[in-house]
Formats: sequence, structure tokens, C-alpha cells
Amino acid sequence: MRVLPVILLSLFSALLLSCDRRSSIAIATEDNILVIGNSNEPKGLDPHLVSGVLESNLIRALFEGLCVDNPSKDGVADKGVAKDWKHSEDYRVWTFYLNEKAKWSDGEPVTAHDFVFSYQRMLNPKLPSKYADMLYFIKGAEEYNKEKNPDPDSIGAKAIDDRTLELTLRGPIPFLPEITKHYTWYPVPRHIILKFSEGDPATPFTGWTKPGNIVSNGPFQLKDWKIKHYIEVERNPHYWDAGNVQLDGIRFLPISNSYTETRMFLDEQLHITYILPPEMIPYAKEHVPAMLRQEDYIGTRYLRINTRRQYLDNVKVRHALACAIDRAQICKSVRGGNEKPASGVVPPFAGYTVPPGASFDPERGRQLLAEAGYPNGEGLPEFKFLTTDRDVSRRMAEAYMAMWREHLNINVRIQQREWTTYLQDQYDGAYDLAGAGWIGDFLYPTTFLDMWTKDNGNNNTGWHSEDYEAKLKESENSIVPEEKLQLLQDAEKIFLADMPIIPVFWYTTNYLIRPEVEGWHPLQLNNHPYKNVSLKRN
Amino acid sequence: MLRFILSRFLQTALVVFCLVSFTHVTIRMIPGNPFADEKAMQPHLRERVAEAFGLNESFGNQFVSWWSNVLTKGDFGLSTSLFGRSVNEILTSAFPVSLTLGLGAMFIALVIGIPSGVIASLRHNGWIDYGSMILAMVGICIPAFVLGPLFQLWIARNVSWLSSAGWERPTDILLPALTLGLAVAAYVARLTRGGMLEVLSQDYIRTARAKGVPGHTIILRHALRPALLPVVTYLGPAFAAVITGSFVVETIFQIPGLGQHFVTAVTSKDYFLLPGLVLFYGCLMGIANLIVDIVLTILNPRLREA
Repeated sequence: MRVLPVILLSLFSALLLSCDRRSSIAIATEDNILVIGNSNEPKGLDPHLVSGVLESNLIRALFEGLCVDNPSKDGVADKGVAKDWKHSEDYRVWTFYLNEKAKWSDGEPVTAHDFVFSYQRMLNPKLPSKYADMLYFIKGAEEYNKEKNPDPDSIGAKAIDDRTLELTLRGPIPFLPEITKHYTWYPVPRHIILKFSEGDPATPFTGWTKPGNIVSNGPFQLKDWKIKHYIEVERNPHYWDAGNVQLDGIRFLPISNSYTETRMFLDEQLHITYILPPEMIPYAKEHVPAMLRQEDYIGTRYLRINTRRQYLDNVKVRHALACAIDRAQICKSVRGGNEKPASGVVPPFAGYTVPPGASFDPERGRQLLAEAGYPNGEGLPEFKFLTTDRDVSRRMAEAYMAMWREHLNINVRIQQREWTTYLQDQYDGAYDLAGAGWIGDFLYPTTFLDMWTKDNGNNNTGWHSEDYEAKLKESENSIVPEEKLQLLQDAEKIFLADMPIIPVFWYTTNYLIRPEVEGWHPLQLNNHPYKNVSLKRN
Repeated sequence: MLRFILSRFLQTALVVFCLVSFTHVTIRMIPGNPFADEKAMQPHLRERVAEAFGLNESFGNQFVSWWSNVLTKGDFGLSTSLFGRSVNEILTSAFPVSLTLGLGAMFIALVIGIPSGVIASLRHNGWIDYGSMILAMVGICIPAFVLGPLFQLWIARNVSWLSSAGWERPTDILLPALTLGLAVAAYVARLTRGGMLEVLSQDYIRTARAKGVPGHTIILRHALRPALLPVVTYLGPAFAAVITGSFVVETIFQIPGLGQHFVTAVTSKDYFLLPGLVLFYGCLMGIANLIVDIVLTILNPRLREA
């Protein structure tokens, strides 16, 4: 019996001695590895099958498109796989010249054929690719994807030779380089996908993205992937610009609990957090102000209205509801993350002026309600407000509920549903009002405006307008960039006049970042090109 | 003994089969869709996803082929929430982590629980007894989601070799195992104390004392063994529960174990991961209970005839 304590004590001492006394982050910085929170386990790494932000963060480290994000300037497309590009006068035909040094991580060259293969695979109607509509800019893409034309070669993506890619678009798109930064436009390794799918590229979920199998063309390659533990990427020695890649690796941690993530950051275990929960913002402002970042983010929080429902089909009722929302109060008291009250659905960014739309005006709200035949809310039923099961969603819902009751005498009952049910209820139209948000894919208003067309799966309001869609179409066909934006603004005016959604605020990103991280600048899309990020070492 | 084990085994198999079948049915009945996310799926693609996972067949066919794959090939199917990952892969990556954490937690529970229960019973109605039992009650009452963050803030932030969360260094097991183990320790202490008090008042203990057997021999050799019977009964299910982990402890400490998968499989409506986990958990529970039954018969010979 007396031996046991001795064994235990020596085991414990050995355990302590084996530990490095430096903090995790000091070790990682010394090793030149960036450690970063990434909110959750990715659904996958196949760029053609995923659609979330956290997957995008991983895919951008592993793969690279024709153009890449500039590390510090919004709306600037830097050279990626393409070393140069030109377009026809009407912006319909684009030619990309690929860098001959561009290689896959197994040393195979990245060719124009890989891009063509990639676009044909993503648009293949047999592949369950949610984001295929991102490629609808290409001529014939929508027809092929929707099985109206069975020929994959009919789409406007052609390899002129190994190094020249020609894209023919469905309309004039002056901002195409901006779009090619999105991961849906990245090439995927044809030789690897065909190997794992036994020749049929449209076979989903084959496991080509697992460690040991995956081959990528970005600044980093996959080193290790432990489910719900971490994903680590390391330098890709075959990357064309490997000499300018600063980091030796990045470790992505799928920390789903944002409070745990904050505690890990404060305990020196992370360089950058994915998010900072609203409740922790005052603490961060007081204790670590130099590490807190609050930056504009290309996203809009809004309330979706089911315009198919009785009462809510009345545009005056919808406007009245919009007038009763005190946006500044929500931003200040409920969110506290420097969000900006939203008047429209498209957030402000260079070149686009948001038309006047929703604003807080309870007096006008009451007047509109009376005009609609419901003075002081009389005659209106109790509406159900659908939202997610997150704490912050409930707090926002309670704020809206109080505002509608106070200013319009309208009663609302909150229905909290867990994530997939909440989404499904909106797809099914089984709601009256719902809290929702949308994050843009690229810096152009259409990423917020295209979804409100008639058959778009993300609309779910039951609202559509021929005038609105005509303006969108007209804008797409215009070749003058200023005119395009003006027409989009006109479309947004039509949209806001009908108010199928109530804009609430424009998002900001709130996160913590350590001072040794360099090259991580504010970007509206929050897509930081990892190859320019570095760690300052002593 | 063999007959006893065989009959318990068959009972367990039946229970596990019913449990897993029930899970299969209920996961399909709850509202929501395993493939719903921020971006809507176009109608023509929904069928493709269903085909890829064999969901286009009737539920009966899916059910039969799932069971036959499990029984003949040990194949639990593909996860519908983690693309391209098999349920087997997820189980084999998460189980060793949960087992390690569970063993750590049980070790802490026994090392703290049994001695404090014994000491409390020996100082019956004294301040040590009241003190340790109040402490045990507090241990049972404070939920892990309070205890875990407190440990992170009070201990991990001030001790350089302990991390707030994560599963990287060997010391990373200490705080989560303590959080998970303390509640079990509290139960163990109360059960040990109760068992000891009952045994210590028995005639044979009095006889041993009268014959002049030293105090520690009486406690360790004669009293503790029967007194631990209720503890052993409790340990089976407790061990299985601790191994499958606590969702709360695993998310607070960012541990890649089974507990996280259990909850996310429900919220993401993973049609194959959840039944796989329930089957795994059911088997584990069955085995733990079987071992408890065997240990009980060894500890208490009277049970062998029963």
C-alpha cells in the first residue's frame, strides 16, 4: 500500500516536468503557427459541397482562385492563379492567363482545364451543390445546372490552352475579378477527384478531402484534421508564391462555445478569436482594449415578413411594423458591438449609396396602422415571431416585442426553435415574422438583392415584383458601372417601398486579436488572405 | 455463472435493439431537416442528397439495411452532418478521448469519495461528518457549467501549466476530470458513508472489536467490502455516463469527445450518427452493468445463489 502514493507522486511530478511552462501561444508564435478560433467543426472541405463561413475560412487557406483578396483594401482583386486578365469591351468575355508556376500541392500543374472541370463539376445537376448559383454569371451555367441543357460543354468556360481560360458571361459583369475571389470559383484537383470518385466527378462525399488524400493549390496544404479537435495546415511547398508566405502553419480550432473561446484567448491559447460574444464586449473594452477589434462587416440583420399571411399582406401594416423598431436602441442596448442601424438591405460600401428606407418613427407607424384600418392595433391578431434558440436572438426578439407593444399596441409571441427547425420553418413559410441575417459573398449589391426574386430559395417572404426583377435585369445588362449601380439602387427603392423585410442593423465583426499578429487588416468581407499574415517574434 | 451472464447478455441485447430502433424513428419524426442551412437548397438537388445517403428508399428498407450493415460489417453508415465522414470514424476518434477523460474523472471520484465517506462515517454526527456531507451536497448541487468556468477563471488563469481549455498537453485532463469527477465523488462519499454506518452497527463488527482486532483492519478488511456494495452498483451506470462524457464539460473545456457529438447529432438531425451513438452507448451501459453484476457477486457471495 505504501508504494502506491510514491508511484502516484512520481507520475504526477513527471507529468509536471513534461510540461512546457511557456503559454501555448508563446510556443505557437515561436513555431510560427497561427492559432485561430473557427467556431465549429466544418461540414467538409469540398469547395463544391459546403456553404458556410467557417468552411470558407479553411478553404481559403488551402485553395486559391484566379484572383485573391488584397490584405488591406476592400474591392481590390490581386493576382492569384491568374497572373493577368483582360475583358472584352462589353465585359462579357474575360480571358485569364494562368501563372505557369501555379501547381497543386502534389507538384502537378494547375491548368485552365482544372478550372473548366471545376465549373462543370459544381454545376453538374447530379452533384448536390448549394452554391452552384454563384456560377450562374457564366453563360449557360444556369441552364446546365437546372437540367435544361444536358451538355456540360455548352457552358461559357473554355480552356484555350493549358494556361488560358476564357469565360463567356451571361451579361456584362465588370466586377468579375471580385467574384472569382469567392471559393466557389476556385479550381479543384481533377486528377484526385476522379481517382476517388471512380471516374464520376459528380459522386458526392467520396473522402477526397480527407488528410492524406486532399491536394490543394493554395498557400497551405492540409497537415492534420482531428474531428472536433483541430485542423492544421502547413506551407504548401509547391505554391507559386511560396516565398512570400509568412506563416509556417495555421491551426484552426472548432470552438463552438464563444465564452470558452474568450477564456482561451485571455489564457493565451489563441491568437485570434472567431467572435466575441456581446456580453463580453464591455469586459474586453476595459481589460484588453488594444486587442479588441470592431470592424464593419458586409452583412444585414433584418426581420423577414411572411407576406402571404393575412394582415401582413398589407404593405401599410408592414411599414408600421418597420417604423416601430428603434434601431439605434437595439444596436446600443442589445448588441453593443458597434453595429449601425440599417435603413436598407444592402450595407453601405464604396460606390453604392443606400436609398432612404426604414427609420424609427412611431408616430408615422401609428398613422399607417390607422390608415390600414387597425387604429391603435385594434383588429390585429397576435403575431408569432420565429427566431433561433440562441440567447442573443431571444434578447433581440424581446426588444422587438416590447417596441411593437409600446408603439403600436401589437402583440407578438416569441417562438424559439433550434437551428435546422428554424430554417425549415422559413423555407416552408410556416411563420409570421422571423429574425434573420444575410452575409454578402462579394462586394457588390446583387449579393443582397438577387435573393428576393420570385423563385429564389432564400426569399421565403412570398413577395416578388416584376418591376424589381426588371430593374435587376436592366442593371445586369448595362455596361456602364455607374448606371449599373444606379439601377440597383432603384431596385432597392422598389423593394423597400414594399417592405417584405424590415432592415434592423448592419453587422460588425467583434473579435480579439493578439498584438503579435501582423498583416490582419479590417476587411468588409472578413476574408483575410493568410499568406500575408505574419507573427512578430522576439 | 455462465448462464447468468448469457441471460443478462440477451436481455441487454434486446433493450439496446429497442433503444436504437426507437432513436431511428424519433430522429425522423422531430421537425427540421438534416441538410438545412443558411443557404436554401434548390429543389432538384434535394433528391440528389437523399440518393447519396440512401434516404430515397422507404424507411423500412433503410432501417433493415442499416441493421444488416451494422451486424454483418460493423458499418454504422455515413454521417449526414459531417460530409464524407463515417460514423465509425467519428466513434473511433472520439471514444479514446472520452475514455481517458472518464477514467480520470472516475479516479478522482473514488480517491476523493471513498476516503471522505469512510472518515465521515467514523466521525458520525461530528463536525467532520457534517462538514464533508455538506460539501458533498454542494458538489452534487453545483452544475458543471458553473464549476467548469470557475475552475478556468480561478485555477487555469493563475497556474501556468494548466490551460483554460483544449486537449493538447497531458495536464489538460486535470480540470475537466475534476469538474466531471466531483459530482460523482459526492455521490460516492454519501453512499460510502451510508454503507459504512450500516455495516459498522452489525454484530460481526462488534464481535471483531471484542476480539481485539485492530481498528484499521476492521474498517479496511471487514467493514469496507460490504459497505461498498451500493457504491459498486452506482459505479456501473456512472462510469458509462462519465465515459460518454458530459456535453457541458466537453464544450466548456473544448474536448473532442463523444458528448459533443451526442448533442450536435440531435440538433443537426444526423440520421445515422445518432443511432450509432445510441447503439454504442447502449452497449457500453450494458457491459458496465454486466461487470457490476459480476463484481457484486464476487463481493457478496450470497448473491451467487440468487
